[in-house]
Amino acid sequence: MTTLTALRPTRSVSTAALYGLGTVSVLAALGLVRGAGSSSTALTVVVTGLAYLLLAFALVLAVEGRRAAVDRTFTNLAWGSFLLALVPLVSVIALVVKNGSRRFDANFLTHSLRGIGPRDSNGGAYHAILGTLEQVGLASLIAIPLGLLAAIYVVEHGRGWLVSAVRFVTDVMTGVPSIVAGLFVFTFWVLALGRGFSGFAASLALAILMLPTVVRTTEVVLGLVPDSLREASLALGVSRWKMVLRVVLPTAASGITTGIVLAIARVTGETAPLLLTALNFDSINSNPFKGQQAGLPSFVFAQAGQPQQAAVDRAWAGALTLLLLVLLLNLVARLIARRTRLKD
Amino acid sequence: MAKRITATDVAAYYGGFKAIDGVSLTIEPKSVTALIGPSGCGKSTFLRTLNRMHEVIPGARVEGKVLLDSEDLYGVGVDAVAVRRTIGMVFQRPNPFPTMSIYDNVAAGLKLNGIKGKQTLDEAVERSLRGANLWNEVKDRLSKPGAGLSGGQQQRLCIARAIAVEPQVLLMDEPCSALDPISTLAIEDLMTDLKDRFTIVIVTHNMQQAARVSDRTGFFSLEATGEPGRLIEIDDTSTIFSNPSEKRTEDYITGRFG
Amino acid sequence: MTTPVADPTVAPSSALSGGSTGRGDRVFFALTGASGIALVLTIVAIGAFLVVQAVPALRDDTTSFLTTKAFLPEADRPTFGIAVLVSGTVITSLIAMVLAVPVALGVAIFVTQYAPRRLAGLLGGIVDLLAAVPSVVYGLWGIAYLDRHLQSVNSGLNSALGWFPLFGDTGGRYGRSVLLASLVLAIMVLPIIAALSREVLLQVSPSLREAALALGATRWEAIRTAVLPPSWPGITSAIMLGLGRALGETIAVALVLGTSSQITTKILGSGGNTIAANIAQKFSEYAQGGRGALIATGLVLFVITFAVNALARLIVVRSARRRLG
Repeated sequence: MTTLTALRPTRSVSTAALYGLGTVSVLAALGLVRGAGSSSTALTVVVTGLAYLLLAFALVLAVEGRRAAVDRTFTNLAWGSFLLALVPLVSVIALVVKNGSRRFDANFLTHSLRGIGPRDSNGGAYHAILGTLEQVGLASLIAIPLGLLAAIYVVEHGRGWLVSAVRFVTDVMTGVPSIVAGLFVFTFWVLALGRGFSGFAASLALAILMLPTVVRTTEVVLGLVPDSLREASLALGVSRWKMVLRVVLPTAASGITTGIVLAIARVTGETAPLLLTALNFDSINSNPFKGQQAGLPSFVFAQAGQPQQAAVDRAWAGALTLLLLVLLLNLVARLIARRTRLKD
Repeated sequence: MAKRITATDVAAYYGGFKAIDGVSLTIEPKSVTALIGPSGCGKSTFLRTLNRMHEVIPGARVEGKVLLDSEDLYGVGVDAVAVRRTIGMVFQRPNPFPTMSIYDNVAAGLKLNGIKGKQTLDEAVERSLRGANLWNEVKDRLSKPGAGLSGGQQQRLCIARAIAVEPQVLLMDEPCSALDPISTLAIEDLMTDLKDRFTIVIVTHNMQQAARVSDRTGFFSLEATGEPGRLIEIDDTSTIFSNPSEKRTEDYITGRFG
Repeated sequence: MTTPVADPTVAPSSALSGGSTGRGDRVFFALTGASGIALVLTIVAIGAFLVVQAVPALRDDTTSFLTTKAFLPEADRPTFGIAVLVSGTVITSLIAMVLAVPVALGVAIFVTQYAPRRLAGLLGGIVDLLAAVPSVVYGLWGIAYLDRHLQSVNSGLNSALGWFPLFGDTGGRYGRSVLLASLVLAIMVLPIIAALSREVLLQVSPSLREAALALGATRWEAIRTAVLPPSWPGITSAIMLGLGRALGETIAVALVLGTSSQITTKILGSGGNTIAANIAQKFSEYAQGGRGALIATGLVLFVITFAVNALARLIVVRSARRRLG
């Protein structure tokens, strides 16, 4: 047993001691913050975190030595970063739910803003929801097939200048700011082709923003399909295109679907391109190919910019609708991803 | 339906690298021919030139002639896809299609080649699974995923899938290297059955396996790393293992190198 | 949501791809290739159309576009420049990076190295949700909630650290500050940098970390010596991509930042503007000439973000090449 005791550190900090340290930190922070004449919860939390970090370092340094103290500090920092990142998420969701529920009612979901002034307390986002569904739907119809095919070309063709070019362009497009995509569609569709502002113009801009995500995820997922399956298909005397359609794509299907749903979720919340392509509109326009059309994000933006409380309330209700839509899409994506993981 | 393969002066390249050079041999119908040799000697590469699977790797090409009976596989107008339908292949690791059931895996080659009709497919599936000694184990769960089988069963499923398209030659690239001894034995037994109907070429690392299953054995080797692999000699398996004509073959078989 | 790591050199490519035989294959690859060409043409068209529309506006500009602070493209003698907009864009984004990068790396390290393995996917997914929140929602949250709380922090920072130029006196007005815009941007790019860095860290073989642990290293020492060094190029690239996103973010900034036509270096108060926010705010009120000027600024933004993203890509390609030897 002597060998084992030699492996045991002579002294170590117990979990109970760390809990104690936590309590001390909270009390110290409360004292400090109150003493400085502030009652901010956020500030107290931050000071508590810093106090705990310092106290834990000091305690572990005294008991276990420098290496253990540094290790403990970085563990605390990693946990701290994660908890800190959760703060805005919780805060945003809580506030959107709280303020949004004030006007999130049947009237809001079934009426437009036609004839509604900023002071009026009724009026809704029906026209904007309709516009968003149409715009995002059309964008998906353009971006999904194009992106899928381009990604298939990159992975299954594998060589040549076009493959490198598509890879490069995909990377560059990922970084194109959404406002620039909107400006481009304005210059191209509205100015050069003279087709005017419309929901479809917004779809074009959203499609540009979706494309790189669709290409990139499809590329990654197709790359995960083992080459042995391609070999097996080819060795059966199957042509390449049948191999891709019947063996490679079905194997990759759920991964690709997850990526596509996430791409849809991303563009659903895009505001900037709408302002330059579909503009905004207070009434229902169910024809995405003609005339200005509202979208949920541009609805929120316009209402949020008004000083009247009634308008701001509508903005919050719109934000809640948008958030629900986007989170629903994310949930769907995650469920699809989960289903695949179970399969293999 | 089994046919003879005659390779004449075959060389294979990966880009600028010459992997094998000057391989000439004849593979007799309805027999098992084993290809042995140290790692990197090009035996798998050579196997893949026999059904034009080598060229699917970007930059890879083949020189020389490979005749199936009298038809040159690399002749003008010969479709590589058709060649692969005629010469089936089983790989090192079992690779059933993960999205397909056992039934669909076996029928995949037929379906993908446009063959329809439930009865035709049913018959082909049963015949192939029986041919691969797997029918009794899976007949009650044909609609279950192929990936749910054990490794040895998966490999026999892959053999069933390969023979379902009625090839004339069956190429096997180290088919047992990922399997346990009992599954290996099952595959070896199967090979003995299959050679009544097919010409079989097997690449193996395992010399005992070559000695057990093959009628003829070819020994590949290379002078040095970076040099192309060559066929040193090919002869009846008993001769190769008891009385090889080349010193290098004897050294390899007795374990002096490789 | 996660955009998969853009690593062009190790990007997947089937080893079996190559020449095709048969008519079906030719048609198939013509179709897929055409989609690829459409993609390439799109990016060329974006550049070309912006240039074509920007040139007349720039020709009408009566002052130096690069150095002028005023933005009056609809005046009788159009006078506009991007000095305020570029400096505002760069300042807000850089501060956002200073705030976001340490936390994002902390999150990535936490999720990959510290979190219980079974929960890692779930915890990463929760952080990814931050990226799912639309920018207009962040903007709304920023003006309605964060601004109020940040004002007291700004005031405190000024009284404590007022000697430092960035925290200089803003005349007692701390609302809709540059720092608020930066903080909102930081929250928006955090999940992007965290997710990309997480992917990079996951690519490091666990055996490297185990080797370090087996030599008697503490957990942090193993991360520092075995996990982080091979990850730096990927993390740098993730940071650059986050920066690109911050530079181009529009709506949140347009909602939260109090604008002015002066370059401001005092981040505790409002002032300045960003290229993207300026476009969103002015587009609907401007006519032909003014929109041309906005397009010219958009072109500048496109060039800047293009450069940042190309640099991110270059870092990854370089390091991958070095890795392959």
